Amino acid sequence: MKRNEELHAVFKQGRAALMPYFTLGYPDMQTSLDIIEACAANGADLIELGIPFSDPLADGPTIQRSTQIALQNGATLAKCLAGLESLRRRGITIPLILMGYINPILSYGLEQFVSDAYSAGAHGFIIPDLPPDEAAPFQTLCKQSDLALIFLIAPNSPDERIKLVTEQSTGFVYLVSITGITGAREELPQDLQEFASRVRTFTDKPIAVGFGISTPEQARAVGEIADGVIIGSALIKAVTDTPDYARAAGNFVRNIKNAMELITGENT
Amino acid sequence: MLKEKLPDKFGEYGGQYVPETLMPALIELEQAYLTFRDDPDFRAELQDLLKNYVGRPTPLTFARRLTEKLGGAKIYLKREDLAHTGAHKINNAIGQALLAERLGKQRIIAETGAGQHGVATATVCALMGLECVVYMGTVDMARQQPNVFRMKLLGATVVGVENGSKTLKDAINEAIRDWVTNISNTYYLLGSALGPHPYPTIVRDFQSVIGAESRRQIMELEGRLPDRIIACLGGGSNAIGIFSEFIPDESVDLIGVEAGGRGLENGAHAARFADPKMGRPGVLHGCYTYVLQDEDGQIAPTHSISAGLDYAAVGPEHSHLRKIERATYTFATDEEALAAFKTLSELEGIMPALESSHAVAEAIKVAPQMHPDEIIIINISGRGDKDLDTVNQFIQ
Repeated sequence: MKRNEELHAVFKQGRAALMPYFTLGYPDMQTSLDIIEACAANGADLIELGIPFSDPLADGPTIQRSTQIALQNGATLAKCLAGLESLRRRGITIPLILMGYINPILSYGLEQFVSDAYSAGAHGFIIPDLPPDEAAPFQTLCKQSDLALIFLIAPNSPDERIKLVTEQSTGFVYLVSITGITGAREELPQDLQEFASRVRTFTDKPIAVGFGISTPEQARAVGEIADGVIIGSALIKAVTDTPDYARAAGNFVRNIKNAMELITGENT
Repeated sequence: MLKEKLPDKFGEYGGQYVPETLMPALIELEQAYLTFRDDPDFRAELQDLLKNYVGRPTPLTFARRLTEKLGGAKIYLKREDLAHTGAHKINNAIGQALLAERLGKQRIIAETGAGQHGVATATVCALMGLECVVYMGTVDMARQQPNVFRMKLLGATVVGVENGSKTLKDAINEAIRDWVTNISNTYYLLGSALGPHPYPTIVRDFQSVIGAESRRQIMELEGRLPDRIIACLGGGSNAIGIFSEFIPDESVDLIGVEAGGRGLENGAHAARFADPKMGRPGVLHGCYTYVLQDEDGQIAPTHSISAGLDYAAVGPEHSHLRKIERATYTFATDEEALAAFKTLSELEGIMPALESSHAVAEAIKVAPQMHPDEIIIINISGRGDKDLDTVNQFIQ
């Protein structure tokens, strides 16, 4: 199957996809690969692999700290790509999306990056500081390589922006649940359902919701209104300082998955 | 309905590399700026404040003893140090605060390095009755204590930033995170000609009063344009402010002076243009421009004795002016800046900010090789009172 077909298939299972985020290289590269493997083995439908950057301005304290530690322990973009490749060698077949800021990618070379990411086995990219307005060269390369370039929409996006982002985004559309930075929050925003419905009037593409989702109950609630549920900071918190990071990650993902299947599992 | 749009790039530099949450705010800001920049009421209010509150026009002072000592070009000083709050930052802070007021935003956030922009923002917020939160790296708070105290006295909340290098770059990261979170009621009053479009254009326009006055003043005093204009360059707002009015005049050399720190060899500097190994085009804080970075594209730590120049990226219009060879960029080291601080203090009775001292240092290097008929204008972007502790430590 082609990469974009594999990506589409994630959203055609009759239930919302569980899409954890984890920072590559946190706390070190080998451990992060074990954690990601455990996520895949415990029900993740797609995994977002974070590429560390020194100045992650869309991220809250949890992901900031994880990327800082990853960089201290030697993570680079090239090593992240090698990590992705070794995940494929470990037999992980679900779609893997690279998520990172634009500067390290420009420094690596845009064309080289897209080509190497394809070879390593990526399905696409999420670049939080690259709105569609600046993405034309990147998008052209992605289309040539059958890779997705996923854009984000925020709750304060006016109709013109929603139209632009949903048109330009490939693979799926990433709904930022709150106006803010990444990080676990106690409650989901009240107007999330309305926000999701508003976006759906503009597009038939799958929508995934991220930022602020931390508990199985929240994941279940979001799974009822979105095609994908993204959980990042809460996963990082759940593994940090545990005796066995991979086991903690597996348990965390399994719990979320079970909660999501309580609702939607029966009709599949 | 959207009005006309401003160009969002200077040549290939600039743009809007920001999270989507910020795009509506940037579009709103651009529209507000287009609506009000030529609005007679807005202009009148801005002019009134610049004249009667800031004290503009600031003088253009002939530096007689410095000129005699160097024995070359005639040196004039554009005295932004005499603007209210002691630096050029107030020009932009007032302009943007008037925009924020018209956008109905009651909460103002800002970043600051040396503290001059923070003080200017706290000042206009006091003047207009707006809430003010200033982000400042804790390293900068330690070396610019007087400005931290001033901001607090003016009623601002100063938030110390402990991330990364704890300097200007990290303060901007934190201000952007605040803005993303509180976008509905908050205006981000960015202090330099950097960041995502339309900030580099708006800040340049509000600072261009420096160049417009300098031009009029030198024509009155000398009957001709200067041969060279020298300004220090952190983000680059004082430099673009004085350069922009002279860009069409090809006979006027425009020189930007970056922070050479402890020298280029060991990487402890903020010379984005002068260090070809670390300084190359990239994206920091929403714009594509020259950025100091390592081989992996991680933003490099910087060093300068002056907090206001201690920043890894440079305003995108400077990258463009350099590319088209309309402006030239050089650097001065910490030691050269300190020596220039002393020289100007002793010869003219003017204590420049350590930032501005970098521009003075360049003039001290080049003036002796110039003809006595030639004219240099140095932009004294701010006063040095805030730096007395730093200078004192160094002298001892």
